[in-house]
Amino acid sequence: MKTFNEIGAYVLLMFQAFKRPDKGRVFRRQLMMDFEALGTNSLGLIIILSLFFGAIIAIQMAYNIDNPMIPLKTIGFSTRQMMIVEFAPTIMSLILAGKVGSSIASEIGSMRVTEQIDALEVMGINPANYLILPKITASMIYNPILMVFSIVVGIFGGWLAMIVTGLSSSVAFIEGVRSWYDPFTVTYAIIKTLVFAFIIASVSGYKGYTVKGGSVEVGKASTQAVVYSSILIIVFDLILTQMLLT
Amino acid sequence: MIELLNISKSFAGQKVLNDISTVFDKGKTNLIIGQSGSGKTVLMKCCIGLLDIDEGIINFDELCFSDLSIKKKRTTRKKMGVLFQGGALFDSFTVEENVMFPLNMFTTMSLEEKLDRVNYVLKKVNLVNANHKYPSEISGGMTKRVAIARAIALNPQYLFCDEPNSGLDPKTAEVIDALISDLTHEFQMTTVVNTHDMNSVLQIGQKIAFLYQGDLWWEGDKDEILKTDNKELNDFVFSTELTRRIK
Repeated sequence: MKTFNEIGAYVLLMFQAFKRPDKGRVFRRQLMMDFEALGTNSLGLIIILSLFFGAIIAIQMAYNIDNPMIPLKTIGFSTRQMMIVEFAPTIMSLILAGKVGSSIASEIGSMRVTEQIDALEVMGINPANYLILPKITASMIYNPILMVFSIVVGIFGGWLAMIVTGLSSSVAFIEGVRSWYDPFTVTYAIIKTLVFAFIIASVSGYKGYTVKGGSVEVGKASTQAVVYSSILIIVFDLILTQMLLT
Repeated sequence: MIELLNISKSFAGQKVLNDISTVFDKGKTNLIIGQSGSGKTVLMKCCIGLLDIDEGIINFDELCFSDLSIKKKRTTRKKMGVLFQGGALFDSFTVEENVMFPLNMFTTMSLEEKLDRVNYVLKKVNLVNANHKYPSEISGGMTKRVAIARAIALNPQYLFCDEPNSGLDPKTAEVIDALISDLTHEFQMTTVVNTHDMNSVLQIGQKIAFLYQGDLWWEGDKDEILKTDNKELNDFVFSTELTRRIK
């Protein structure tokens, strides 16, 4: 019963959030701030993780190919496919759920317990719209950009690993990256990233917005935001994969 | 003027406000006093619409506020200024941006006009040269003054203050009381102050409503409170040896 209540409260909050902003200029300013807080500030982490993951995928593929019938270009192909279909959209979203999700929940939760949200409310402002909508919008615009960065840097990491370790030639790797390319995989990755971005920002916004109590509860809400977002990402990954790839 | 008629409010079956009826007059500092847990904050939150009442009517002058939709309540709230217990300043904004916030949201003033208005209200609360400081960089008294400045930035008709003196030293508390009283008279606002600070009661209490266990137990002004023989009120107001001696 509690779960249904939570889902109901979440849907109602989203209805409040998805209203026309009171002032377009203020919304755009909030959006710019959230681009920086949720997007630009995550770029470094995404680049580092993608670089290493790309390298790890390529090295693992190289070590697992011991059959001379399998061409070396498979390493480049597999690295690209792994980065596009799973790592960049899903694993990056899980990592962002931890970084961005906890940040959103704790920021909004702190505003709730220090009566800043009440202050917005009594000023005649729709707090859900003012606080949550720019974060959802910023995440849904910026996360696909981060995903593209992740794919490019991951493939570069794989190529770099092959050059450094000598497990494959540069030519074979690049040939693999360019082989059997299906553009739909990128569309599939973008759709997943958009859905996951919405989940991260909206669930975290909801958990922060509905905090009751003090700093301990803000911490708990932040943890719950990460846990719920991560579970929903994996569940929707399965659903979207089933829907889009079969 | 704010009129409360037969207001009741319960939480999980426990009655917190029981059939409260009173009037808060325009141009006066109206005080709600009572022990912690007596329902002061709940009553104030009901007045400003942060909590829905179970029964009763709340009128803001001619307008029946309690019957309005959420959207219309939001419109009416633009006529209210609220000072929260902790100030509720936005952490990521400077003092100037905090005070300018309602102007940004609800006016079409130019930046220069807004800055003029911000400096005017900051001067009114005796706060100068603090425009570019963040809430974390100012004292508790200054926080309250910035919050008052923000609350009056849009020239509200109604001002609500929830324990404006909590956490302040007696001298600063007196300054805040005087400020609220002066602004009320100058701008002819209907001001409602929640407090359990007896200095405030005796200094600015033009109309005092005493809540006791969710009931409106006594009403009067600062002169009448000294003469009352109401036992619960006397136990609350003159709870210390010092205040009993003063009486």
